[in-house]
Amino acid sequence: MNNTRLFKETLIKGAVTGALGLSTLALAVSAQAETLNIVSWGGAYSMSQQKAYNEPWMKKSGDEIVNIDRSGNALAGLRAQSQAGNVTWDLVDMLPADALIACAEGLIEPLDHDALLADAPDGTPPTEDFIEGSLDECFVPSIVYSNIVAFNTEMFPEDKQPSTIADVFDLENYPGKRTLMRKPINNLEWALVADGVAPEDVYDVLETEEGVARAFAKLDTIKDQVIWWEEGAQPPQLLADQEVAFGSAYNGRIFNAAANEGQPFEIIWDAQVFELDGWVVPTGKLDKVKDYLYFATDTQRLADQAKYISYGPARKSSAKMVTTLAGTDIEMKPHMPTYGPNFATAIPKDNEFWADNNDELTQRFNAWLAQ
Amino acid sequence: MSESPTAPLKTADGVPLKTSLRRAVRRSKLKALLLVSPLLAFLIIAFVMPLFDMLWRSVDNPEVSTALPRTSQALADWDGESLPDEPVFAALAADLEAGAKARSLGLVASRLNYEKSGMRSALMGSARRVAKLEAPYKAALIDINDDWGELATWRVIKRESSPYTLSYYLAAVDRQYSPDGEIVAVPDYMQVYVTLFWRTFWMSGVIMLMTLVLGYPVAFLLANLPLRHSNLLMILVLLPFWTSLLVRTTTWIAILQSQGVLNDMMVALGIIADEARWQMIHNKMGTIIAMTHILLPFMILPLYSVMKTIPPSYMHAARSLGGKPFLCFRRVYFPLTIPGIAAGGILVFILSIGYYITPALVGGQSGRFITNYIAYHMQTSLNWGLAAAIASILLFVVVVCYLVFNRLIGVDKVKLG
Repeated sequence: MNNTRLFKETLIKGAVTGALGLSTLALAVSAQAETLNIVSWGGAYSMSQQKAYNEPWMKKSGDEIVNIDRSGNALAGLRAQSQAGNVTWDLVDMLPADALIACAEGLIEPLDHDALLADAPDGTPPTEDFIEGSLDECFVPSIVYSNIVAFNTEMFPEDKQPSTIADVFDLENYPGKRTLMRKPINNLEWALVADGVAPEDVYDVLETEEGVARAFAKLDTIKDQVIWWEEGAQPPQLLADQEVAFGSAYNGRIFNAAANEGQPFEIIWDAQVFELDGWVVPTGKLDKVKDYLYFATDTQRLADQAKYISYGPARKSSAKMVTTLAGTDIEMKPHMPTYGPNFATAIPKDNEFWADNNDELTQRFNAWLAQ
Repeated sequence: MSESPTAPLKTADGVPLKTSLRRAVRRSKLKALLLVSPLLAFLIIAFVMPLFDMLWRSVDNPEVSTALPRTSQALADWDGESLPDEPVFAALAADLEAGAKARSLGLVASRLNYEKSGMRSALMGSARRVAKLEAPYKAALIDINDDWGELATWRVIKRESSPYTLSYYLAAVDRQYSPDGEIVAVPDYMQVYVTLFWRTFWMSGVIMLMTLVLGYPVAFLLANLPLRHSNLLMILVLLPFWTSLLVRTTTWIAILQSQGVLNDMMVALGIIADEARWQMIHNKMGTIIAMTHILLPFMILPLYSVMKTIPPSYMHAARSLGGKPFLCFRRVYFPLTIPGIAAGGILVFILSIGYYITPALVGGQSGRFITNYIAYHMQTSLNWGLAAAIASILLFVVVVCYLVFNRLIGVDKVKLG
């Protein structure tokens, strides 16, 4: 009898020591500095992330962050790495449309937002603090950005500056070359709005064959005045060189060129096509990046990011804390896509429509270009 | 002569000479094989296997049959004349439910969306809600998405249930299956690839001719000048050959663009007006100029190696027999250089149809090659099957060119110096 008790005691003691040992070991492992491979867009956007959360995080945790500028082809990269069985990316900045596809293919982790992300300072849980409908099964948004058309104010007389998307398609009153992205996305939406379709009806019209033909017919009217761009850095450059009068671009890049370099650029907010951008976690990497993700998506960090680039924070609690451009006294609020007057005729990009129709419309767009 | 003449010859240690010889040969063969084995392994891993993988991908079609196994089975004996019945819909509901759990529907949704736009959201949208569905599934699924009530949807699924498909090849030549299963051309406003194939071929032909016209005299000089001068000339040919491709391409942008060196000079000299600067880049002309320059050494070097072997005495003999210079060249010298022309031509043509970075940088819209679409489908649209099909067609053309060349000239004539 005694023997059994002794045996039990030893067993418990052993188990306790063992568990203690293991947990110290675990602590040691979690405290060890790691190298995080983080994929993002490069340029001004990566700079804003670096300043707002990468540098503070590296200081705080001792982790090393490696920036990889591959978000433009992130889905292809994730697929290739997963097929090769060697996923080297730890966290990826991605568009929600790509995240939908990656999620359905099991390339990225489903996320429990309330458990993984920080509450707002007033205790609001993440699912209520992020903009409605912006959280997706595998996706955490960080910003709202917008596709807009900007123009060089010096290319038009002072009393005749363009102000609507219809002006972009009006060669008679607003002559000059235009530069547009070499993709059907945004261009078809704008062509329809310029042709008189209400912004909220754009995707209903595009669903029909007549609607698509109508959009291409409208694009036909400016086709020979268009230079097609493929890299986000091209439109600000072409506008600055006065090679073009109008250029479609991401609003942050135009703002940065205007605010930091004093370029005479003005944004036409009419019919801006806005969408989200944010984080996804490649399958199997959740434990490694959990702490960073918690930090980088909290209220303060998202508000900080808006000091460096004019993209709206995806948290409502951060939106209230947006101040001025770092190192200047330029108020950021009026330059955000979500600012009231800018937002009046905004088009939310319909990710489901494009997920369905992008293959077909891109081929049609390419064929149209080649004509 | 006491030994019979049929007795085998033996070496000093008594082994038959034949066996001994065979052993020695086998040993040296083995040694040779060992020496080449690193290269052989490299070629197999880096070239042969990817090549077959690509060919395989262009017909491989596992998505529907693996992700929707019950549906494809249920559709096996469906006649395709009217909407399938409840069992097929029930099978689809079961597949969707299992697929949603296993996250295996993404690829099949992309795959079917290539064939019929809207299939992605039909599948994904239905999969999100299928767990709550109850029989009869036919009405319930059609209620979620109208596409399930269309005959064409089911014909696509049935057609793509087979493990192999020709759809990628059809798409690569601007064809598709009609709803009735016949092969038809895609509408005019969707046609891209055939035009691009032809453009790639004829522009590569033009580039080949340009390199020949420019390279022939240079090769002739190289082969006939005194060594001192020809060495200098050889360096002038080789220096650009050793310079990075991107540097050479971007240099042409600096020279040819509308605010570039050449236009500036012509405006300064008063040859053209400032408003009428020539558009020499971001079009076909840009591609042809830049690629002719880049591929020129591949024409000059094989030509040179052939010309070097032609003894000058042939031309002297022709001249001394009274031939005029041009006649001697046409009847004597030129025919002797044909192997060089063919070797250079085939090299330049094959390299040129596979070029992709130069057309992408200087070709603008009209100077793009089919290769730019392979890159597009690899990196952006992620339609790897279509990329593989386009690449396989190019490979086929290259192989045909090579076989014709080998038949007419012989591949052993290709020398680079």
